Amino acid sequence: MIKSIIIAGFGGQGVMLMGKIIAEAAMFEGLNVTWLPSYGPEMRGGTANCTVVIGDEPIGSPVVDFPDVVIAMNIPSMMKFEEVLKKDGTMLINSSVIDREPSRKDIKVSKIDANKIADTIGNSKVLNMVTLGAFAKITGLIKIEAIGKALEETFASKNKKLVDLNLQAVEHGMKSVTD
Amino acid sequence: MAIDKIVAQMPKSLSKIEFSYCPGCHHGIVHRIVAEVIDELGIASKTIMVAPVGCSVFAYNFFDLDGTVAAHGRAPAVATGMKRALPDRVIFTYQGDGDLASIGTAEIVHAANRGENITTIFINNAVYGMTGGQMAPTTLLGQKTTTSPYGRDAKANGYPIRMSEMLATLDGSAYIERTMVTTPQNVIKTKAAVKKAFQVQLKGLGFSMIEVLSTCPTNWGMTPIESMKWLEDNMTKTFPLGVFVDRTKGLI
Amino acid sequence: MKMLMKGTEAIAEAAIRAGCRLYFGYPITPQSELTEYMAKRMPEVKGTFLQSESEVATVNMLYGAACTGRKVMTSTSSPGFSLMQEGISYMAGAELPAIFINVMRGGPGLGDIQPSQSDYFQSTKGGGHGDYRMIVLAPHTLQEATNMMKEAFDLAFKYRMLVTILVDGMIGQMMEPVELPEWTKPEEFEEPNWALTGANGRKPRKVTSFDLDPYELEKMNLRYQETYKKVSQNEVKYEEFKIEDAEITVVAYGTMARIVKTVIDYARKSGIKVGLFRPITLWPFPYERLSEISKNVKNILTVEMSYGQMVEDVKLAVEEKSDVHFYGRSAGVVPTPAEILDAIKKIVR
Ligand SMILES: Cc1ncc(C[n+]2csc(CCOP(=O)(O)OP(=O)(O)O)c2C)c(N)n1
Ligand code: SF4
Ligand SMILES: [Mg+2]
Repeated sequence: MIKSIIIAGFGGQGVMLMGKIIAEAAMFEGLNVTWLPSYGPEMRGGTANCTVVIGDEPIGSPVVDFPDVVIAMNIPSMMKFEEVLKKDGTMLINSSVIDREPSRKDIKVSKIDANKIADTIGNSKVLNMVTLGAFAKITGLIKIEAIGKALEETFASKNKKLVDLNLQAVEHGMKSVTD
Repeated sequence: MAIDKIVAQMPKSLSKIEFSYCPGCHHGIVHRIVAEVIDELGIASKTIMVAPVGCSVFAYNFFDLDGTVAAHGRAPAVATGMKRALPDRVIFTYQGDGDLASIGTAEIVHAANRGENITTIFINNAVYGMTGGQMAPTTLLGQKTTTSPYGRDAKANGYPIRMSEMLATLDGSAYIERTMVTTPQNVIKTKAAVKKAFQVQLKGLGFSMIEVLSTCPTNWGMTPIESMKWLEDNMTKTFPLGVFVDRTKGLI
Repeated sequence: MKMLMKGTEAIAEAAIRAGCRLYFGYPITPQSELTEYMAKRMPEVKGTFLQSESEVATVNMLYGAACTGRKVMTSTSSPGFSLMQEGISYMAGAELPAIFINVMRGGPGLGDIQPSQSDYFQSTKGGGHGDYRMIVLAPHTLQEATNMMKEAFDLAFKYRMLVTILVDGMIGQMMEPVELPEWTKPEEFEEPNWALTGANGRKPRKVTSFDLDPYELEKMNLRYQETYKKVSQNEVKYEEFKIEDAEITVVAYGTMARIVKTVIDYARKSGIKVGLFRPITLWPFPYERLSEISKNVKNILTVEMSYGQMVEDVKLAVEEKSDVHFYGRSAGVVPTPAEILDAIKKIVR
């Protein structure tokens, strides 16, 4: 099994971190992973994306032509990566920002009202973790325990409260995603 | 007021390409000042610019002038080559502090020492902006950067280098001034300084440089407003404003 | 325990664990994180981190530190590596051991900062002046890169040679789980008998790269050549992946090779038997083994993130025994699995 995910959005939406936590959680699930960021002028243009590959066999290419899953946090990202998403692949969209449907009909679409949910939790920044929860739920690739461990790894040295806040966001995302 | 005015009317010497600088970055303000001066002196058609490697690497495109990009730090040498080939053109370099005060010290020192008849606009923002906020030779003592994570320590990294003062000791330097652009008054002063620097070149008096203390809110981890205050409160202590050499008395 | 680490950081930590306590460097994308990691980490292990004023200074700081017989390293990316070439030539002539990490990006000139394999010639053929070589290692995963650090220092000291770890921006920027290597303590390391440490009663030692008498200089050069011959005989490394039954063998290194591994899966599913030959040492290049392989396969395809540099060595190895094809993209554009599969199909169909 090899699964590839492209996560894309605006600079401030935390897409890189989302990808990293997905990769790290998958590592804690005992899987192989690669995480590949876009960097440089692409980022200056205000959009950012990263590619995560997860597999139970060694991973060859960290570069992906046709991803299994696209997480689109804004409209330009949805339009850009819709074209390359695999047939029957999953498009997870942040419906707080994306007010339209992807045009392809041969893909599965899931939605998460990430900004709104993040606001109800009381911290708009965690919209990425809300989305991550939605991703975990619909793909079944990573479980909450592994995500918790990854959050611990990333935030614990800085601030224990951040771990809880982010984990809470993930749980909300898992509950709120619509297929 | 002055800033508003500058923003309102685009100088002819700037191209239509939108600046890619971060909000609150002073590169853009200085670009406008330089372009206005070139417009006012009516020299656009004979001016060639040499952009550096740094955030202002794109300046060659932001100015509607002939231009090139030099290798990191080598702009004064490239400008020298141009000036020697075409002595009646106006040649200026635009360089950051990593570019001019670190990798390019040999080139700037020798260009100044030769009295090379070029003008340098030097943007001192106390960090390497382009590459993500590493320590520059101009980084203040104690200042934290990604390569001085424990704060700049004089024992390990030496002291902030004062290029204007240093270059002013060379006989080839005709005019060197340090300014900032944090207030409308400062902008007006900087513009006068830049104008004088180009006039020095037009009169053939030798090397001229204007150092502008500038912000890098992104890598300083501050808001634009905070960074202006930090500049005024801290940078000006290590890098006092003023004219460090002026060999133009009575000539301009 | 495995840790998810960025390539630049994994390499830096592995170097420290291999006993390196002297790092000199100058920031440049896409490897500045390595420099930054060292800035933070070296003081923690009582090592030295110094940001130089330029890569020209860096390489000469390395020259000086290497003269003292310590484990020293730097890291840079293509334009910085170009600036280091003068010093590299001097260090090679002085037979100094040191490690260079070159995280390649698109060129020539200022180019861009995206992944590329544009410095193969510069690294393997001698970018500086004179008849010299440096050992060039090309890992294709972060784990391999991490494991290589100790080996790199061992090779450098065993042969008194420079070793370059040649990777691209992708290996520099990506994250992958790595198992960090065991610690080698600097104390476990014996001071070489040529190190300049202050004569203190013994006969003074000299480290130089010159002799104005051509016959004497020739002797020095012959000694270098002798070393290079030994390295070529003993240290060649490569990986063979599914080449036994291959109708076409791809030759690729570094990131390109790992992308090709995915292509091989795709291709085999669609009935095309593809294999991979991956040089791990780019210098010394595995000419002999590739020559043997080429006897049994009709087509060889070299894939690079350049417009064809390693392919020249592939041709030297293969001679006329099989057809050598080339596919490459440069300037920071990375060939994707689909593109490479197309290139393969064009050849076999
Ligand atoms: C030979 C070489 N070394 C390093 C770099 C990487 N580099 C690009 S810009 C830069 C520093 C820029 O800092 P500065 O000159 O202060 O300009 P700023 O971005 O702050 O305006 C460096 C080190 C390079 N391009 N070439
Ligand atoms: S990184 Fe700093 S110097 Fe560069 S554009 Fe942004 S604020 Fe300006
Ligand atoms: Mg700077």
